[in-house]
Amino acid sequence: MKKLLFALSAASAMVLVAASAQAQDKFKACFVYVGSHTDGGYSEGHDHGRQFLEKELGDKVQTSFVENVAEADSERTFERLAREGCNLVFGTSFGFMDPELKVAKRFPKVLFEHATGFKTADNMATYNARFYEGRYIQGQIAAKMSKAGLAGYIVSFPIPEVIMGINSFILGAQSINPDFKVKIVWVRSWFDPGKEADAAKALFDQGADIVAQHTDSPAPLQIAQERGLHGFGQASDMISFAPKAQYTAIVDNWGPYYVERVKAAMDGTWKSQQSWEGLKEKILVMAPYTNLPDDVKKMAEETEAKIVGGWNPFTGPVSKQDGSPWLKDGEVSDDGTLLGMNFYVKGIDDAIPNN
Amino acid sequence: MEILVAILLTVATAATPLLIAAIGELVVERSGVLNLGVEGMIIMGAVSGFIAGYVTGSPWLGLLAAIVVGALFSLLFGFMVLTLATNQVATGLSLTLLGLGLSGMIGAKFVGVPGPKLSNLYIPGLTDLPVVGRLVFGQDPVVYLSIALTFGVGWFLFRTRTGLTLRAIGDSHGSAHALGISVVGYRYLAVMFGGACSGLAGGYLSLVYTPQWTENMSAGRGWIALALVVFASWRPWRVLGGAYIFGAVWIGQLHAQAFGIPVPGQVLAAAPYAATILVLVLISRNKRLTMMNTPASLGQPFVPDR
Repeated sequence: MKKLLFALSAASAMVLVAASAQAQDKFKACFVYVGSHTDGGYSEGHDHGRQFLEKELGDKVQTSFVENVAEADSERTFERLAREGCNLVFGTSFGFMDPELKVAKRFPKVLFEHATGFKTADNMATYNARFYEGRYIQGQIAAKMSKAGLAGYIVSFPIPEVIMGINSFILGAQSINPDFKVKIVWVRSWFDPGKEADAAKALFDQGADIVAQHTDSPAPLQIAQERGLHGFGQASDMISFAPKAQYTAIVDNWGPYYVERVKAAMDGTWKSQQSWEGLKEKILVMAPYTNLPDDVKKMAEETEAKIVGGWNPFTGPVSKQDGSPWLKDGEVSDDGTLLGMNFYVKGIDDAIPNN
Repeated sequence: MEILVAILLTVATAATPLLIAAIGELVVERSGVLNLGVEGMIIMGAVSGFIAGYVTGSPWLGLLAAIVVGALFSLLFGFMVLTLATNQVATGLSLTLLGLGLSGMIGAKFVGVPGPKLSNLYIPGLTDLPVVGRLVFGQDPVVYLSIALTFGVGWFLFRTRTGLTLRAIGDSHGSAHALGISVVGYRYLAVMFGGACSGLAGGYLSLVYTPQWTENMSAGRGWIALALVVFASWRPWRVLGGAYIFGAVWIGQLHAQAFGIPVPGQVLAAAPYAATILVLVLISRNKRLTMMNTPASLGQPFVPDR
């Protein structure tokens, strides 16, 4: 059922690609989205990046996108794009990894980039953002602002990216208040406003006064606004939904990366790599700090500056949940451990769902 | 006690859209028509309700628009299935596909803007009563409407002559036709009622539950509503029970998680579906009664001989 829907929308988007493939001699950058380009969150963030690319490079580049592509069924989409003369293809969701890699091997002359994955080839690079840097700042703000000493955290699926975020959040919070607690609720969906709202209500009903989220809709913030409580936006600045409730948001900013990579591909200097950039490179930016007293705002800005200066929130001493040491004093976690993270740090009274 | 009240209030909001859509579909299926387009009609109601509410600033006008658009959108299904006698399953599925796509297109400009929200009922004195105050007198108006709707549909189907006729058509459209009853006419009205209900359920999502518009925000609720109708063996009060059990288990597992009760994630995620089906199957286990309640002509195209 859903597949059919995806197939239909993919097919209609193909027509667009085909039509735009007529014009010759321009560099063609093609994008594949898992959601719609107006989903108000993750895929829209990538589409803003694509529009930024068009604006920056103007006539030299031609872009197109295919939206609502089911991850399991994405191989033929990548193959079509490769056949139709795309020079550089960006697959923007974790689940595109294997299909995209297969197609990359079949089309060695086409360049591929894959977001948030870990598999590469000579003509396939990966890119990701260090979202956890922003979550550390959020944790600090939560600990400063919460009267209850308790935050709610709404999450989608137990994958390393999400666990890394929870850990970073609690490390930030406990750097301010060592007794700070977080309640975690899994809604098993990236995007379902109703479920996310229900989860926010449950967390607030149980005494949390701040909500953080790793799901994509602004519904939890709307509930916070309604109840006179607070929270953080996700993937885009959600201030319009909760002008009194949002403290800040982690905003994805892929545009500069897209410009850099397309330029490199045009110059012939493109190389396969694994890019993982953060606040410093501005691939993620913090939405303006609002609804905060000056001293908390100042603290957030200082932490942000510290991270931009090269400091990593995963710097020891950090213990694992069971109290066993993980990072020694001053030791910084390697990227591999972070990208495969499957354990909580000390201070979280919960268990990771076992799947 | 405070937390129990809070939980019950949340359960009502989670159950209401399912209940409204399912009650509408129940009437459609009782007339012998299977409309699998519920999800599509909900999402059309959600987008049009949001736009009307946003433009006029009135959530009530938004809900009205959602109802009207839901009914009009279902007419498309009605024309195909009733006048052209197309396959109901295929037509219903395409209605869902069309609704999901079309709503995304119509609503593209309204993504990311906050809409008006229908406020909860407040009766001075009564709503302030401890415990029962907010539960009985402090819900949003659509919650009361949905319960009245269940009552109304139950009364209509089983206590009125027109309701009897509608059920007769659903059981044997040939006999009803031979008696001179306008099978197609009744079915058109039933389909439009179903569309109006789905539209209202959609409007509830985008104007009460989470006042915003985003693509696919119905997130499969139409399919749950369809399942509720079948497992409730086409009885309105069982549909209400099913919707509230589903809502209660769903909200309950969220609270269990927040309390830190260690239950495997998959079990929690599956719990609302499993519990609802289990309960409804148990209360509907009388085979003869279930057969009696199943509209015998369900899903069969009807072409009147001339």
